[in-house]
Order: sequence, then C-alpha cells, then structure tokens
Amino acid sequence: MSSLSISTELPLKKETTEQVNKTVVYDTKNLNLWYGNNHALKNINLPMYKNEVTAIIGPSGCGKSTYIKTLNRMVELVQNVRISGEILYREKNIFDKEFRVEELRTRVGMVFQKPNPFPKTIFDNIAYGPRIHGIKDKKILKEIVEKSLRGAAIWEEVKDRLHENAYGLSGGQQQRLCIARCLAVEPDVILMDEPTSALDPKSTLKVEELIQELKENYSIIIVTHNMQQAARISDKTAFFLNGEVIEYDDTDIIFSTPSDKRTEDYITGRFG
Amino acid sequence: MGKTVSVKDLIRNKDKKNKLMLKAERTIPFILFALASISILTTVGIVSTLLYETFLFFREVSIIEFFTNTNMKPLSRVEPSFSILPLLTGTILISLVAMLVAIPIGLTTAIYLSEYASESVRKAVKPIIEVLAGIPTIVYGFFAFTFVTPILREFIPALQSTNALSPGIVMGIMIIPLVASLSEDAMNSVPKAMREGALALGATKLEVTLRVVIPAAISGIIASFVLGISRAIGETMIVTIASGSSKNFTFDITQSMQTMTAYIVEVTSGDAGAGTTAYYSLYAVAFALFIFTLLMNMFAGHISRKYREAY
Repeated sequence: MSSLSISTELPLKKETTEQVNKTVVYDTKNLNLWYGNNHALKNINLPMYKNEVTAIIGPSGCGKSTYIKTLNRMVELVQNVRISGEILYREKNIFDKEFRVEELRTRVGMVFQKPNPFPKTIFDNIAYGPRIHGIKDKKILKEIVEKSLRGAAIWEEVKDRLHENAYGLSGGQQQRLCIARCLAVEPDVILMDEPTSALDPKSTLKVEELIQELKENYSIIIVTHNMQQAARISDKTAFFLNGEVIEYDDTDIIFSTPSDKRTEDYITGRFG
Repeated sequence: MGKTVSVKDLIRNKDKKNKLMLKAERTIPFILFALASISILTTVGIVSTLLYETFLFFREVSIIEFFTNTNMKPLSRVEPSFSILPLLTGTILISLVAMLVAIPIGLTTAIYLSEYASESVRKAVKPIIEVLAGIPTIVYGFFAFTFVTPILREFIPALQSTNALSPGIVMGIMIIPLVASLSEDAMNSVPKAMREGALALGATKLEVTLRVVIPAAISGIIASFVLGISRAIGETMIVTIASGSSKNFTFDITQSMQTMTAYIVEVTSGDAGAGTTAYYSLYAVAFALFIFTLLMNMFAGHISRKYREAY
C-alpha cells in the first residue's frame, strides 16, 4: 500500500481545502468545554466530512481525547463537565434534548485506546450491540457476527473459536475485535481514540490497513500520538494545542506546508 | 578524600552486621507456619470431636430414623424420639425467608451504589448501611419479637406469637449489608473500560448494568449470596428469641419453628444432662449443620466458577 510509506512528505494532491460538494458529517461550532475550572476546549470550530479519515494530532493534554469523547458525549461520564456551543451531527445538535444519547452512540461507534472486549465469547462480544438493540434471531445474529468480523479483517483468525473467551486473543486481535463489535451495529461514523497506542508495530499496521478499507463505507475520526500514522492514513488533519485548534487542513498540506509556525514545530518534532 | 563515604561501602558494612537478620529470615517461615497451623488444628479438633460424639449418638439412635422420622421429642420421659427433619425444615424455611428479603434488597442497593449513585452519595450511604452489620444479633432478635411480630399480626391474624416469618424477615434485614457491600465491591471492580465499551455501542445504563457489569461480577455476587445464606443458617440469637422452640414438622411459616442452631442453644442451656441421648443429639445436629454449610459453600464455589467471566 502506497499510503503506508513512512515519509511525511506525501505527494500533494490536486484538490485543496475548498471542496464544495462533500457531505459534512460532523460540524463543531464554537465548542467550549470545562472540567471544573479547567478550560479544556476553547472555541473549537471544525467541519468533518463523509468517507474521510480525519486525524487529530497534538501533544499530551492538548484536548484531543476530550474532543473526540465529546463527539459521542462520552465525556459527560466525567463529573463536573460543562459544555457550551454546539456539535451538529448530520445537521442535528447532539446536545439537543430530543436527540437521545443512546441513538447518537449507536450511529457513532467508538474504539478505545486500550482494547476493551467484554469478558464474554468472541461471538457474544460482537452480538452484544445488535442484542441490546433488540435483534434476537440467531440466524441474523450469526450473519452479523460473520460480516462484522470480516469487516474488521479478523474473521479468518477467529472463525474456529467464536465460542471461546475474547480474552484469549492477542492485543492486536482484541482491538480488531473491538472494531468489529463497533461495526456490528452498522454505525455511520467511527471514532478512534489512539487505537494503536497499546499495540505492537505489526498489529498497528493491520489496524491501519483496516482503517483504509473502512473509509469506503464509514467516516473515521482518529486521535493519534503518532504523526507518521496521521500522515499515512488520514485525509484531513487537525492540530490541537492547549485546547485550541491551531490548524486544520488537508493532511498533505499540514505535513508539507503548514501555515502556522507551531504546527511546523510540532510535526518536525521540535516539541510534543 | 578518604573521608567521603560511598554508598557501596555503607551497604557492605551493614551486610556484615546483619548475619542475625539472615538467621531470622530463615526461621520466620517456620514461625509463620506454626501460627497458620493453629486454625487448621482447631478445625481438625472441632471436626473430630463432632464426629466422635455423633458416632456415640448414632449407637443409640438409628441413623435412618434420625433422617426419616418426623417426631422430635428429645426430652420426653415416656418415649423420647429424635429426628432432624423439623429442625432442618425450620432452618431452611427461615433462611429462605431471610434470603428473599436480603438478596433483592441487597443486590438493588449494590446496583444503585455502584452504578447510579454519585460519589458523594455513595460515600455517605455505604457507612450507614454498614452500621446495620454492626448491630448485635440479640438486638435484632428483640426487634423481631417485640416490634415486627406484633405489626405482622395486624395483617396476618393467624400468626403465632413466635413464628418463622418474623425472624426470617429480620434476619434478612441483618444480611442486607453483607450482600450489598460484597456485591458492590464485586461490581465496582469491573473495569470502567468495559462500561464505556457498552455505552459507546448505544447501551443504556440499565443495559450496561444487567448485561455487562453483573455478568462480569457474577462470581463475587454469588459469593455474597452464599455468605449470606451461611450467615442465615448459622444465625442463632434471632431465631432463639423470635421463632420459639416448637419442634413441629411443618412448612407453615406462621407457626413456631426451631432451627438447628436454636435447638443446640436449648439443649446446652441445661435441659439435658451430660451423657444422655438428648445431650449427644446436640452433636449430631451440630455435625449436620456443619455438613450443610460445607455443601452450601462447595455448591457456591462450583456455581461461581461455572458462570465466571474472567477479565
């Protein structure tokens, strides 16, 4: 895969940021977030597009994880969180009282930093989502499980051990299982919070390849510590620093001709 | 230059002085072993005494009769007869009532505290619940006899003044903190990442609790139930006070019943002379009680291993 080249100097694409006819999946408008008195996200404005991989990069504590968790409102599990502004998901404000948070999370899946399978069988892990949404038919569940596992490129490895505990899988397999679990409810967007930071290089490569494939059918937003990874797999990159978006542009541009000095310093490894 | 002391030298000098420490290091395991054996020896002692006296009892009373007869008249001068069945039904029924109270209330309390209550509420409520566990059982017994029974009699006129229902309920209340506290610990130790995984799939809080947290914590939860049951079976004071001493073979919980433990209290408190058959029956009952709790614990161990979701 050409996109896996380690070089950050990707060839410039012809299109620029001024693309018109792309569907916006997520549009963040004037988002501010506080943990108690700590102003963690400051006036964020970001549109994100369908069937693209949007990478969020930045040093530790810059708010990138907070931001991605705000997109499916998982951030509200933390006590003392206060949010202002709005995030439009398919033109509906996710903070709207009428928009049930469970519905949002069904349509927007999430993959976490550390693989977090349930202590159940591989089959039951994948079937969990469909089951809570009322699918009981065994035949349909079987189909969903196979399709999801194939979708996450792990079917061949686990098809003979579907009824074994998911904790018997390796870390990389567990993470792909979690991606499959997320695919099982057929989401529209997949949020990934540093999905490869707990994985070895080989498993990382597999997950990255998978992300490229998933892009065909899903919109992906990924937080990553690894700038090469952002360069390899994303279409757009947002650079966060101290709770602000410093720069947001096509990945090619961010990694070749960033317009802000701080972005350049960060991607060239001068800090972070 | 010679005056600067290096850490290396300090450590070496200390090593030389510490020959004694080394010796102690070698003897310590033996001391620990000796102390640990105390509990083992005590167990062996108790079990062998029980076995021996039980053996003596069964030389006088047929073992088949003991388990099939339904007449328990240990102190009858005319025709004494011995049967464990009335005591067994008494114990089982009262424990059953207790667990019917303790399990639902204890488990819902645990669910509330672990999944729904805010940190501040939990910090306030947990110690209060644990106060319940610190109340002496004699107080519970008194509470059952003088407070709960009269209230129950308003609703169930047929209720005798000593009965199985009231001590069962009060015993259940006594066991709530045990079930609640242990189940809550088990649920609390389920990693947060697992809850997040389910929530991120669009699960509601209840679905997360019922389908992720409880299955993951099930072995701890079952352990809490079993400890509760063992507690109920072994509980003595409440039943001695509030359920009376009638040895009827009945399944009617509005009537007076005697449990195995209460029987032991009655016989030891002086009604039967040492060496009489009635006196030895005490050991047979105690031995049955011992086997009963042992089986209970083994069964629970089996269940919790079988349904365990290791994470």
